[in-house]
Amino acid sequence: MDVVLSQLVAGISVGSILLLAAIGLALTFGQMGVINMAHGEFIMIGAYVAFVMQGLFGSGVSLLVAIPAAFLVGGIFGVVLEQILIRHMYHRPLDTLLATFGVGLILQQLARDLFGAPAVQVSNPPWLSGSVQILGTNVPLTRLFILLLVVAVVAGLAALMAYTSLGRRIRATVLNRNLAETSGISTRWTDRTTFFIGSGLAGVAGVTVTLIGATSPTMGTSYIVDAFLVVVAGGIGRIKGAVIAAFSLGILQAFIEYSTTASIAKFIVLIAVVAFLQLRPQGLVSVQTRSLA
Amino acid sequence: MSQSAALTVQDLEVTFGAFTAVGGASFVAEPGEVHFLIGPNGAGKTTCVDAVTGLVRGSGRVTLGEQEVLGRPVQKIARIGVGRTFQTASVFEQLSVLQNLDIAAGMHRSPWSLMGRRRGVEDRIRDALEQTQLEDLWDRPAGILSHGQKQWLEIGMLLVQDARVLMLDEPVAGMSLEERNATGELLHRVKQDRAVVVVEHDMEFMRSFASRVTVLHQGTVLSAGSVAEVQADPKVQEVYLGTASMTEEDAAQADAMAVQTAGGPHA
Amino acid sequence: MSTTATQKKTGRLARISAAGTSPGVPSPRTAYLGIALIAMGLLVLAPALLTPFELRQMGRFVCYAMVAVGIGLAWGRGGMLTLGQGVFFGIGAYCMAMHMQLEDAALRGEETPQFMGTFGVDLPWFWEPFHSPLMTILLILLLPAALAFALGYSVFKRKVRGAYFAILNQAMVFAFVTLLVGQQATLNGSNGLSGFESFFGFAIHDPANRQMIYMIAAALLVIMMLVAYWMMRSRFGELLVATRDAEERVRFLGYDPAIIKTITFVTAAVMASVAGAMFVPLVGIISPAELGVVPSIAFVIGVAIGGRATLFGPVLGAIAVAWAESTLAENFPSGWTYFQGLLLILVIALLPGGIASVGRYLRWKHRGEAGKPTSEDPAPSDPATSDPESENSQKEAAS
Repeated sequence: MDVVLSQLVAGISVGSILLLAAIGLALTFGQMGVINMAHGEFIMIGAYVAFVMQGLFGSGVSLLVAIPAAFLVGGIFGVVLEQILIRHMYHRPLDTLLATFGVGLILQQLARDLFGAPAVQVSNPPWLSGSVQILGTNVPLTRLFILLLVVAVVAGLAALMAYTSLGRRIRATVLNRNLAETSGISTRWTDRTTFFIGSGLAGVAGVTVTLIGATSPTMGTSYIVDAFLVVVAGGIGRIKGAVIAAFSLGILQAFIEYSTTASIAKFIVLIAVVAFLQLRPQGLVSVQTRSLA
Repeated sequence: MSQSAALTVQDLEVTFGAFTAVGGASFVAEPGEVHFLIGPNGAGKTTCVDAVTGLVRGSGRVTLGEQEVLGRPVQKIARIGVGRTFQTASVFEQLSVLQNLDIAAGMHRSPWSLMGRRRGVEDRIRDALEQTQLEDLWDRPAGILSHGQKQWLEIGMLLVQDARVLMLDEPVAGMSLEERNATGELLHRVKQDRAVVVVEHDMEFMRSFASRVTVLHQGTVLSAGSVAEVQADPKVQEVYLGTASMTEEDAAQADAMAVQTAGGPHA
Repeated sequence: MSTTATQKKTGRLARISAAGTSPGVPSPRTAYLGIALIAMGLLVLAPALLTPFELRQMGRFVCYAMVAVGIGLAWGRGGMLTLGQGVFFGIGAYCMAMHMQLEDAALRGEETPQFMGTFGVDLPWFWEPFHSPLMTILLILLLPAALAFALGYSVFKRKVRGAYFAILNQAMVFAFVTLLVGQQATLNGSNGLSGFESFFGFAIHDPANRQMIYMIAAALLVIMMLVAYWMMRSRFGELLVATRDAEERVRFLGYDPAIIKTITFVTAAVMASVAGAMFVPLVGIISPAELGVVPSIAFVIGVAIGGRATLFGPVLGAIAVAWAESTLAENFPSGWTYFQGLLLILVIALLPGGIASVGRYLRWKHRGEAGKPTSEDPAPSDPATSDPESENSQKEAAS
């Protein structure tokens, strides 16, 4: 029983990081149907923002400053990318994937030239050291912080989608871009705002992963694949789907990891996703339509 | 040429979630006839074609001759002899007219023939080029054909495919009057040992070329028979708010189309 | 349809892009002449002119070019963006490496490869088949084919395509590499397999044998190009392009697109596996670092730059990019990455047909001015589709 609980807690913790990395991607992928491979590099940028903030403010308050700062920096990168590249090729999803990979390469090298190739360390603030007992398992405060942050982000995003006019515009554009356009929605403006928020969230994800891992120029690639799996398994453009998928994958991985090794667990999770997509090619949550292919 | 056979649709039902698009439609398309499916928007005409050709799931019974149609995957249905065209002409734009036809003819060749390349032109392809008046354009990429020519190419593909039932979804939409008449004549030339089913909005075209008409309304059959019988049916007149007004509206629509495609046909 | 919309755009760039995505099958004369030139360059000129070190580099490029031929078929002709070729490359490479390790161990009179000694393990069960040279060659061909078939057919049948297929491929690579790194005691983890002595009985450090291995690789590349040309030019190739452009429509003509795509995907996988198998004796090491997400995309870069849908584009692009990397990266390590990223962005965004489309555009323009104005014909009856001889016979037949 203890094992089940502790693995459950571990799984939720893994899932919350997955979700944080994926939720911005779910937003931008859903909005324009294009894949931004540089999303992983936006996470990396967020992590380096945390590193820089630590240098400026010291590790006590820097985390709290870094989160909004990384949101802003990530968002700006996203808007610029959308503006100069992605919007010109949104009807060519595969090409966008490759072109944004090129952007990712450049950003990685930029980080290498600015901060050096070796990983840098962002130290955790003192008020997040230690752990609490939850259901009889030790949960580090950092993990709890990440979970709470994810809950806040998801709640905020859900409220945004449900109650604001921006949210309505986003949902309309996701469902039918042409119709949204002819109904007087500025899809240009909506696209840009969505990219700002989605990429900003990648930045926030970058700050939080500094709490549990090293910060290096190539860190983005290790998050991007998992993030994609979450988005694909959850159903494109569906926040609810992404939430369920992230936690399911996290918990699944934690439990398999317990009985095997981390690498085999990763492998099995992937096979599970492929098998799952056999059953539901549209992902967990999908919209029923009548349109041809 | 494979044996001609009638397409029998019995109590076809198609639902999308809670919405019933087709609720028990029945009709029989006989070889030698050009059978029109007409009805107002949302009557379920295209959905009928979609269900018969396997694009959407339907229940009921659909047979071609002795063979069951429903429940098979799209490509199997095509192989037993049900062919279709689409509202927006969908040909392989990057490939030439000849290549398009050659691919359509492939289902009657052994799979191994795919390993070789095309040498010469098969008779059935030459016939189809002739029937559809596309001989001079055989080496053109299909993407540059005019709208009407693309529709003809699609019909040509059905011919080489040797479909026993041709299901055409609004084949003359956007065509000039001349092109429409040419299409109608083409349909009557090819109907001899095939059943032709046409989904159409254009009443003038229907009146000129239909051998038999089935009127759908809200997913069920409202009326069926010859053009005259259907036109005389008060239920049909009610749905269309009177035949006279329909004709006018249609004529206006047709004029608008003709303007749009002016200079279009250059066969 | 979006393609027609883009083709209607005027302006030089739009026209190049349009030319680039049209069927780019060269006439047999061009194709065989080109393949002969490449064969001559690789099999005669390169061994004569290059230093042993350079020839070894060339061998590496040739392996990348083999992967590129397969990607050109799957992605350029079939529309399947294979972001996971590292898996198949890796399968071939590890099969060959395991065989060579066992061969070396046998020469030393030992049971297990050297690295296993450090871990003190017995030979794992999956090493057993690689004692036999014949079995090794069979597995190099069959393992990737089986995996590609299982993955390909199951996802294509469920109509998973486009970006989703690319992501699944990428996830597969990620899982594969994670698995390899985890096999510390049985596959030497992230260090990979290296330090080979002999290749099917030939001492690998002997310069003459080294050259022979290079020649085998180059000959295999030439064979693959012939296979690719045959696949492009056959009815299957036409059907593949049709499937790429309108998958649903193909279904209504009685074909199962899943089978067409699977065959192509399997072909590409086998080509990548053979490339990996030759990579090991040529380069002398295989490790997970050569196979990850980034190297797998790097395989695609050369194809994109050379011209994805063409016969020569993928090969020349892959060799050129690999050559540029090895020369530039030496002198400007960081400059190279910026250059590579920028090149990828520019080519993909502005020239989706790759460098090959520039050549075709110029040829077309030249011909157009020479008196056959084809109006807004987006894909000028490409030198492409058929040789003059059969073209004439077809014309006669058609009229």
